[in-house]
Amino acid sequence: MRTLFAFHGGVHPPTHKDESTRTPIAQTPLPSKLVIPLSQHVGNRAVPIVQVGERVLKGQKIGRPEGKLSSAVHASTSGTVSAIDMQLVAHHSGLPDLCVTLIPDGKDEWIAHGGVDTKQTSHSELRHLLRKAGVVGLGGAVFPSDLKTDAHHHKIKTLVINGAECEPYITCDDMLMRERATDILRGAGILRELLHAEEVLIGIEDNKPEAIAAMQLAVGQDKHDKMEVLSVPTMYPSGGAKQLIRILTGIEVAAGVRSTEMGVQCFNVATAYTVWRALAHGEPLLSRIVTVTGNVSDAQNFDVLIGTPLDELVALAGSKPDTDRHIMGGPMMGVDLPAGTVGITKATNCIIESSPKLFPPQPPALPCIRCTRCTDVCPAELQPQDLYWFAKANNFGKTQEFHLFDCIECGACAYVCPSNIPLVQYYRYAKSEIHERERDKKAADLARERHEYRQLRIERDKQEKAEKLAQKEREAAAKAAQAAATPDDTQQRLIEEALARAKAQAAVAHPQNTETLTPGQSAEIAAIEARRAKIREMAADAGADDEPPKSH
Amino acid sequence: MISALWVMIGISLLLGAVLGYSSIKFKVEGNPLVEKIDAVLPQTQCGQCGYPGCKPYAEAIAKGEIGINKCPPGGEEGIQKLADLLGVEFQPFGEGAAPKGKAVAFIDEQTCIGCTLCIQACPVDAIAGAAKQMHTIIASECTGCELCLPPCPVDCITMESIGENITNWKWRHPVIIPIKVAA
Ligand code: SF4
Ligand code: SF4
Ligand code: SF4
Ligand code: SF4
Repeated sequence: MRTLFAFHGGVHPPTHKDESTRTPIAQTPLPSKLVIPLSQHVGNRAVPIVQVGERVLKGQKIGRPEGKLSSAVHASTSGTVSAIDMQLVAHHSGLPDLCVTLIPDGKDEWIAHGGVDTKQTSHSELRHLLRKAGVVGLGGAVFPSDLKTDAHHHKIKTLVINGAECEPYITCDDMLMRERATDILRGAGILRELLHAEEVLIGIEDNKPEAIAAMQLAVGQDKHDKMEVLSVPTMYPSGGAKQLIRILTGIEVAAGVRSTEMGVQCFNVATAYTVWRALAHGEPLLSRIVTVTGNVSDAQNFDVLIGTPLDELVALAGSKPDTDRHIMGGPMMGVDLPAGTVGITKATNCIIESSPKLFPPQPPALPCIRCTRCTDVCPAELQPQDLYWFAKANNFGKTQEFHLFDCIECGACAYVCPSNIPLVQYYRYAKSEIHERERDKKAADLARERHEYRQLRIERDKQEKAEKLAQKEREAAAKAAQAAATPDDTQQRLIEEALARAKAQAAVAHPQNTETLTPGQSAEIAAIEARRAKIREMAADAGADDEPPKSH
Repeated sequence: MISALWVMIGISLLLGAVLGYSSIKFKVEGNPLVEKIDAVLPQTQCGQCGYPGCKPYAEAIAKGEIGINKCPPGGEEGIQKLADLLGVEFQPFGEGAAPKGKAVAFIDEQTCIGCTLCIQACPVDAIAGAAKQMHTIIASECTGCELCLPPCPVDCITMESIGENITNWKWRHPVIIPIKVAA
């Protein structure tokens, strides 16, 4: 039996997971349209490669990755592109972004596709296939998976597969593990190969006994070696990457350090599943499991095409009329969606329909009483009350000194705060202000550099011009003097002497390897020499034109 | 022909010597205070402060010739930074020096006659083009200084403000009510 470790802090919010795990994953009917954002991943937005009016097939690439940190986007079903424009998207900003709108033709016709034998395919080719298939982390971070499978020369000992799913209400990973354990494990097997990891540890919270049983069964059936399914205590946020790594391996990933440097890499179960589908079946990431729960009559999980409008999805679960907000994600870290028209994205793990009854408005925040309850529960071992204080006062330098960027925004601190302070909002605010300053600083540095270079160039051009002018004048003066002087003028003599020296030197330097030439080679050399002579002649002519005008 | 050769050699030697000499003679002795001030200026290079760029303004501030509230692109935060750096009081912007939103220049490429005047005005070489060719702004390099607007003989350059988008969007100072799990 492997010993598990504990992370600092954590909370026990009511889980509300039973509601949505009573029925199996349901297939959704084809929606009336698909709104597919071109930026569903960390990094650069994909560039659209289809035209309005074009017919596309299911699985056809419609957005190509731009730059290294980017990912591809595909048509989730066959149909016609009806628009490529700015649409509201599932993003906390509530701002529009570039989307491809697709009207399905009902045929769901696949583009030609097929898997590869992962054992026979090179690792770089596999990574390339992942990038082409638009595979990104489905645990919420949506970081391109091909980049994460490259350990950058760090020796990876352990691959952690994250099935903890610690946030209340969310059950998409739970259902996926119950129903599709075999494919998840095969995906995990490929990830292990790519990372050259020795062992695979799969962490699942102990409130998901069915999932644990299914996964353990699948490990045995497929005879996976050095792959262990571990039940971890239910404690929010055990599904944070650093927290789960700590629980399973005991390794503390320090601030600002990547887990790969400590020999561990972590993938979500749904990502492992998608990796398998992409490589073994050639299916790009076209759909994902989404939990629809909260203020609905039939909470359950759906296999949803990317781009399905939120309204059409929540209607399937029987969203109740008094719903006033749609939350994407869980109640601890989730964000409000701006409209019912937004398309489901790769990052959408859960939709909570919210009503004032379900989530009553928070009472107004009171002053911090320095009770330090937040410090007790913070899994990142921060001082949330200090961070709050500095963020509120716009003292961003101090927030960084207090390791603001180690905060995983889990919301545990806000959950226990007796003064109802929206702590995480302050941290997000401070983080985005700091990011903006960094952007500005970069832009200013670039501008300074370009400006200084320009100054230098102008100065140089000026001097060159002045020099040329002066030189020309001097030349002219010399010429005039020369014309007046006798032929054995010193300058002329010096030039002639130098020329004679150069000629003598040229004569001394014999051509090499010319003794054993074939007649053909000799002829070739002769031809080349002739060409050279010609060029010299031409250069001489051109040079004569360049001679400075005589000033008389 | 030989004389031409010598002229060319002479020119290149002389130019080399001049460049080398000037790089020593005109080398700006790094005044650490000027550098520090310059580091907090926004580098828009717009001249709105009354100096031909951020560095000259920084030099003037270092000499105590001018107040710290003359740089509109820096905003009030810029003034605050200068005040902190120099240990002086914050001074609000004077009349008519209020900061504007961020913008980048945009050339109407149909109208442009390719006169190159804007290229000569741009302090950060953010305009690409050649004589009698259409010109275009490299938006990522444009500082929004507006210096290219006046020289354009056909008025085809406009400033387009950079609105909020998904990439530059920021979380607001908390007004949003957080979500709490119903017990
Ligand atoms: S829990 Fe709330 S009131 Fe208590 S110290 Fe933290 S921020 Fe202050
Ligand atoms: S939100 Fe940040 S500060 Fe608060 S408990 Fe979580 S990690 Fe700690
Ligand atoms: S006003 Fe313009 S030139 Fe002057 S310091 Fe500010 S950005 Fe630089
Ligand atoms: S100044 Fe105006 S017309 Fe001339 S090159 Fe620039 S944009 Fe074109």
